[in-house]
Amino acid sequence: MYWTLFMTFLRIGAFTIGGGYAMLPLIQREVVDRGWIAKDEFIDLFAVAQSLPGIFAVNISIFTGYRLKGIPGSIVCALGTILPSFLIILAIALFFTQFQDNPWVQKIFKGLRPAVVALIAVPCITTARSIKLSGKTIIIPIVAALLIWQTIVSPVWVIIVAAAGGLIYGLYLKK
Amino acid sequence: MIFWQLFLVYLKIGIFGFGGGYAMLTLIQSDVVEKYEWITLQEFTDIVAISQMTPGPIGINSATYIGYRAVYNAGYPEGIAILGSCMTTFAVCLHSFLLVLLISYYYSRFKNNKYVAAAFMGLRPATVGLIAAAALLLMNRENFIDYKSFLIFGAAFILTWKFKIHPILMIFIAGISGLVLYW
Repeated sequence: MYWTLFMTFLRIGAFTIGGGYAMLPLIQREVVDRGWIAKDEFIDLFAVAQSLPGIFAVNISIFTGYRLKGIPGSIVCALGTILPSFLIILAIALFFTQFQDNPWVQKIFKGLRPAVVALIAVPCITTARSIKLSGKTIIIPIVAALLIWQTIVSPVWVIIVAAAGGLIYGLYLKK
Repeated sequence: MIFWQLFLVYLKIGIFGFGGGYAMLTLIQSDVVEKYEWITLQEFTDIVAISQMTPGPIGINSATYIGYRAVYNAGYPEGIAILGSCMTTFAVCLHSFLLVLLISYYYSRFKNNKYVAAAFMGLRPATVGLIAAAALLLMNRENFIDYKSFLIFGAAFILTWKFKIHPILMIFIAGISGLVLYW
């Protein structure tokens, strides 16, 4: 069983490019369709894993592993998810030092860097739309981004203040 | 010393990593590039590009890579640098185990918790700000070297936003554009 769990999450880790949410259909197919976890329960797990800090794919694999086989299960599933990316990136780290001064590689990365910024800017807009920011609430991300960008405050403080603000608003002011 | 710092920084990145990989980038940048100067901003951008092309979550990819580079750049041999990458990858996941164990005990209470729901009323808009900050921080002279950079940025933005081009394909197109434009 441990071996099956490990191999399942190894496959999930190795074949999903683009992070947590891209993994979801794969995890669902492996975990729900095998009958390990009922679909309703999986949707609940997903919702909880989403609200936890950290790496979503790791959170959901630990949840699934713990559900099925306790603490050893959670370690096995997490290792399976982490190992493919760990090994691939380690290999790149070991060899990239030798390639990074290569003129071809430098030209490629000159093209990649501005595109990476675009790849971050687009999800920023789509997330802003999906959570339906209104005329008033849009001030929160703008102020947060400016404060961090100008290195006035650390992002950690932005998160703490945002959570505290949400608590105060949600529990006291909204009523 | 550097191992302990790496451990603490990545533990913190994990604990405060709300809102997914892109929001996490801001946390990573603020400590790894800005405060400790373990890697340059350009190197950081390159890691994000590499993470887009390789499987796995961006949080793991960047932890593994930065753990290695930070120790290697500090003058240690490669074998010791591998330990650095083990350390950061372990640290960024550690709190997840503790949280899941904790929540599994109080699962039914956590599921529809009004405090969690209220906190997320503030956290959700803030993560948009974190992602925006990540984009703004990378928009600097190291990554935007001339008008060609702006051209690539504009094209990549439109292709990703309007034409929903997959990020991996986008990375390939951008790499080829780099080769052609900077020939």
